[in-house]
Amino acid sequence: MLPRSIRKNWDLYLLVLPVVVYFILLKYLPMYGIQIAFKDFSASKGIWGSDWVGMKHFIRFFHNYQFWTLIRNTVEISGFQILVGFPIPILFALLVNEVRGRWFKKSVQSIAFMPHFLSTVVLVGMVMAFLSPSTGLVNHVIRLFGGEPVYFMTEPAMFKSIYVLSDVWQNMGFSSVLYIAVLAGIDKHLYEAAMIDGASKLKRLVHIAIPCLVPTAVIMFIFQFGTIMDIGFEKIYLMQNDLNRASSSVISTYVYEMGLLGSQFSFSAAVGLFNSVINLGLILIVNQLAKRAGGTSLW
Amino acid sequence: MDHAGRTSSRGDRLYDFVIYAILTVIMLGTLYPLLYIVSASFSDPLSIVKGELWLLPKHVTLGAYEKVFQNRDILIGYRNSLVYLAVGTAINIMMTTMGAYALSRKDLRGRYVLVLIFTFTLLFNGGLVPTYLVYKNMLGLYNNLWVMVIPSAVSVWNLIIMRTYFQTSIPYELQEAAFIDGCSNVRTLTSVVLPLSMPIIAVMTMYYGVAHWNSYFTALIYLDDDWRQPLQMVIRSILIREDMGSMTGGEGESLVEQQLLVEGMKYAVIVVSSLPMLLLYPLVQRHFVKGVMMGAVKG
Repeated sequence: MLPRSIRKNWDLYLLVLPVVVYFILLKYLPMYGIQIAFKDFSASKGIWGSDWVGMKHFIRFFHNYQFWTLIRNTVEISGFQILVGFPIPILFALLVNEVRGRWFKKSVQSIAFMPHFLSTVVLVGMVMAFLSPSTGLVNHVIRLFGGEPVYFMTEPAMFKSIYVLSDVWQNMGFSSVLYIAVLAGIDKHLYEAAMIDGASKLKRLVHIAIPCLVPTAVIMFIFQFGTIMDIGFEKIYLMQNDLNRASSSVISTYVYEMGLLGSQFSFSAAVGLFNSVINLGLILIVNQLAKRAGGTSLW
Repeated sequence: MDHAGRTSSRGDRLYDFVIYAILTVIMLGTLYPLLYIVSASFSDPLSIVKGELWLLPKHVTLGAYEKVFQNRDILIGYRNSLVYLAVGTAINIMMTTMGAYALSRKDLRGRYVLVLIFTFTLLFNGGLVPTYLVYKNMLGLYNNLWVMVIPSAVSVWNLIIMRTYFQTSIPYELQEAAFIDGCSNVRTLTSVVLPLSMPIIAVMTMYYGVAHWNSYFTALIYLDDDWRQPLQMVIRSILIREDMGSMTGGEGESLVEQQLLVEGMKYAVIVVSSLPMLLLYPLVQRHFVKGVMMGAVKG
């Protein structure tokens, strides 16, 4: 017999049921499939019936000649991404917060949001169109100043900068919303008190606005740092070509190539699992450190 | 004292000037690539290739748009994307609303455990290959409409944002009053809570809708048939793989003519595919910041 509180409220449990079923089937059931990382998956035997092989695939990956390249590219791209992409939205929010004119403030924000709504395909398409060696705008400018056209997209040394800078262009405005909202919520009395004390605008920024942002910024940083090994597949894959592969191969694109294009299901599942475990470990460690250092943490 | 006051205000004026100057540069830097794309889409492709286009359209023509709207692949992709967007977002909103309402109720037993179980999937998941095998072989999610709408049916973030909205913005007394009047939970949700939740539903519709419209990853991995491909996959072959033959229809034009045509089409395709989402944004902009703030409140 169910407890009375559940019987009385049965339709509440009915409402949450589809969501629970969704998470079980679409999120937790795939975790059951992780076991193929320790097996030799064969389609005829299925996930459960395939033979166990222990750590074979992991060892193969650790000894793979690409192992360090993949790790390095993954960490470098997202490290660079954090280094540039984390502070810029904060700076942008601080600037916007200083604007008094409502019309100007609104225009800046609306325009800065716009690129966020472009799809990854469109963004990469735009980048390629602008950087094209023969027809692109950037190379027209370079030629105008007497320079030689640069083959941006096929140059491995350029890949990471293009990736990160185009991301800043696309997401700076959107990532700043949260900070702008926090700044807008600061108690006006703090500013008034500072003005009475004769603090300049710059001083008010340094002593009021920035300290108020720190807790939010710490949380966002934890999040981003925790995902340093978890670089998204979508954009890298679109920007990748045979010539820039030396700096554009990352773990997620490797898993896709080996697993879905090359049908090495068990091996790529092992690579993916290795990556997921590191991601999970990182975010737990970073969160713990933040908790100990400043008392702000995710949970 | 007086002296100090004056220098600080002169400092403040310089400070304001610097801030407005930086923001103006940011605004122009964000707008310019977008304006260039729009101008290029209305220009004679030859002038783009030769680098004559800087800001305003050169030799205005609608040729590129004509080609785009005559292209069967693009039209099919557009139709498919609209279907995925409509069906997908409807499922998203229904599932998220039901789940969020139940989780917002204090009388739902075990709601903390449920939130924990849901949130864990953000930190750890099956990974690409196990997920692929389970979806395809165990759940039948492959090369059909369902794979485009079911795997993304609920986002944990949006679920938590909406739950927080229900908890903080809908007076609990109103729900209590409905119960005293004999309403069931379902009735309370539909006739008391939902009418007060239009701002958050608008924001959710935008989040989910943009995600559906812009994604190509699921289609890349799970769709086989050409006629099922969403718009993003079609424009990927135009913008990034420069798959020329399939686009121009090859009506006996020379190779150079075809290349020019594709060059012009690229920009028109970007405009045509991005416009719906850019137009959607102003409609929900008012509610947007509030939605983001909801997400920031720790759950």
